[in-house]
Amino acid sequence: MFNEIGTVDFVGIEERVAKYGTRSIKKGSKLYGLKLATSMVDLTTLEGKDTPGKVESLCQKALHPHDDPTIPTVAAVCVYPSMVKHARRALGEDTPVRIASVATAFPSGQAPLKTRLAEVKSAVADGADEIDMVINRGAFLAGDFQLVQDEIVAVRDACGTATLKVILEVSELETYDNIRAASFIAMRVLRPGDFIKTSTGKTSVNATLGNNQVMLEAIRDFYLDTGTPISMKPAGGIRTAKQALTFLIAVKETLGDEWLNNTRYRFGASSLLNDLLRQIEKERTGAYQAPYYFSDAAESY
Amino acid sequence: MSTLTVKKSPRPAARAAGRPAPELIFGDLWEFDPSPETADPKLKPRYELFIDGKFTAPASGKYFDSINPANEQKIAEMALGGAADVEAAYRAAQKAQETVWGKMPGKERAKYLYRIARLLQDRAREFAVAETMDNGKPIKETRDFDVPMAAAHFFYHAGWADKLEYVAPGRKVAPLGVVGQVIPWNFPLLMLSWKIAPAIAMGNCVVIKPATNTPLTAVKLAEIFQDAGLPPGVVNIITGPGSTGGLLMAHPTAAKIAFTGSTEVGKVIMRSVAGTDKKMTMELGGKAANIVFDDAPLDQAVEGIVNGIFFNQGQVCCAGSRLLVHEPVADRIVAKLKNRLRALRVGNPLDKNTDVGAIVSRDQLATIQSYLDIGVKEGAELWQPSCRLPAKGFYMPPTIFTGVTQSHRIAREEIFGPVLAIITFRTVEEAIEKANNTPYGLSAGVWTDKGSRILKMSTELKAGVVWANTFNKFDPTSPFGGYKESGFGREGGRQGLLDYCKLV
Repeated sequence: MFNEIGTVDFVGIEERVAKYGTRSIKKGSKLYGLKLATSMVDLTTLEGKDTPGKVESLCQKALHPHDDPTIPTVAAVCVYPSMVKHARRALGEDTPVRIASVATAFPSGQAPLKTRLAEVKSAVADGADEIDMVINRGAFLAGDFQLVQDEIVAVRDACGTATLKVILEVSELETYDNIRAASFIAMRVLRPGDFIKTSTGKTSVNATLGNNQVMLEAIRDFYLDTGTPISMKPAGGIRTAKQALTFLIAVKETLGDEWLNNTRYRFGASSLLNDLLRQIEKERTGAYQAPYYFSDAAESY
Repeated sequence: MSTLTVKKSPRPAARAAGRPAPELIFGDLWEFDPSPETADPKLKPRYELFIDGKFTAPASGKYFDSINPANEQKIAEMALGGAADVEAAYRAAQKAQETVWGKMPGKERAKYLYRIARLLQDRAREFAVAETMDNGKPIKETRDFDVPMAAAHFFYHAGWADKLEYVAPGRKVAPLGVVGQVIPWNFPLLMLSWKIAPAIAMGNCVVIKPATNTPLTAVKLAEIFQDAGLPPGVVNIITGPGSTGGLLMAHPTAAKIAFTGSTEVGKVIMRSVAGTDKKMTMELGGKAANIVFDDAPLDQAVEGIVNGIFFNQGQVCCAGSRLLVHEPVADRIVAKLKNRLRALRVGNPLDKNTDVGAIVSRDQLATIQSYLDIGVKEGAELWQPSCRLPAKGFYMPPTIFTGVTQSHRIAREEIFGPVLAIITFRTVEEAIEKANNTPYGLSAGVWTDKGSRILKMSTELKAGVVWANTFNKFDPTSPFGGYKESGFGREGGRQGLLDYCKLV
């Protein structure tokens, strides 16, 4: 497996991604990038204390991020399976915002496969458009790649027409070589338009420019080899507009223009959205607005 | 020998299905707006010579123009130094060395070097902009590499100045006297610091000539020498044509000469000082092999190849201008390299997003172009990404040649431009033989996942520096220099200091 897909050099990756941070994005290109990032947000709430009311307000925020009508809606809301039907009720059937649901005993994945598949099916039945699954990291680290892949296939089949996002939980895989290998294990059984995703947001290290880069390069190599375009979603830890722009520069320079849209690239985030809006307002008015001018529907409270 | 990997066609599945091969699109969907660096380079209309601590008009009364290669506009007038000025500079240097600098305790000299380093840091943006205007290299390189490294060399050698008794364990060291130095145009400020810092840390005084094309930051650094209170005559800077450099190298007062530049000029200088007892350090040309094995981390290798040959538009003596690539991965490396080059931004060097800037002069651009013609004529295959070049100025897109063999001129001669010659190999022995099959021996790169192979290669490659899984890494603590026609003597580190002293 590792010989076949090639190795990754940690130092080289860190050096490459450091260069993205030195790009200087100004004026029109900045505004374009900010709006693009807004349209890519999977607005997320994944907490034990989530309620139907909280999800409803999240959905409203997803549809109307801010007063400015030129600001796009976000790509999706991302909630626990028990909240899917509430999200569907809030958004309605005819809506540009998709509903993503984490499933498969998120975030650990430590439930019997049967239970995990049942969870996926019920989330889809409740109206989820997208399923965010976690891989079996225990099996991966034990070298049982076949089991990892078989479980992904089972979940994919349980999804039906729903889009699948495969969470690698990069911080538990630890090395860039492992992240690249896990990306290939997933991509080889995914459908065009399915995603690989960095993390659950529930561990200490989530999306970084480094693991984002390793996964983008895996997607690129897989695409050039097979013609199958896989999408990408970094999640967790992206809180500022500046960070989001830097991630988008990585996409632009690694995968090119065809990945600069929300069917191919997403941000799993909550507080990111208001910082994007604040920067968009700053570009429009020339001054930073106080936080209380932006509705506070996605934060944890 | 390595375990061979199965050779993969770059796009097997797509080919088999008879569909068009998948391509990445690096277009203008999200184009970056211009982002020019706006710091003021604080230029004067005219710059004089720096002799005996004072800015002095040249004896000839003549001046020449310094041109911005990015737009062909005049930046400033520079003094045209001649024989009388060189004479005055050496007199000042000798006096300073004998009466002040040579006798000063090392820890006192250190204070001046620290002060110079800090003042340079204070004015880093100003110097970065001036350097970019004078040389054409991108602002991100002058800002992130040239200027910080120049300061680092002063800091490093300041640290040595009070510890000189430990440079040669068991021996005492003494300065040589006055040192004559001539530097090239590819890293004007950095080469200046690289030459001056060890010399004056050791107690020598200096007469130095910056390159004719790029004299600006040298005389600007003289302003910092004044501000730092450096005693008059310790460093003297003579701007002017190549012939003035010849006078400077051949001057009888110089106890040592140090030259960085082309092998051709190096040979002329060595002939001119034959029969004298001058010490010499020569840092000359190169035609480095960057060797990629099939087990290498390929994407990082591609990054290293790009950094190796397109850093500073390839105008680097240790540039990785020959890519030796293992046959099983050759197609994949070339495909990856082309995609990477499509994302490089060529253009206005002052724009913060520019990756490849302008070539230093019209002459150099013509030289590079002539090598492209030679390469095509000799049957190699040329590839350049499509990119819009500015209408005015000296620009050359990144260029790669495939199908190159050892006997192509583009594989043997130093081009000193953004031109990569790609050669394949099959075994480790073949790679070593091809890498060493050159009159030069300045640097080399090895890309492999196998530690033992790195150690073997670093022993067998006849090059002054061998980079493993990286390229073009520099540090003041690390000695730099060549084998064969790449020169002799080392610069940087303890070894570099030893070349500026005598053992007593």
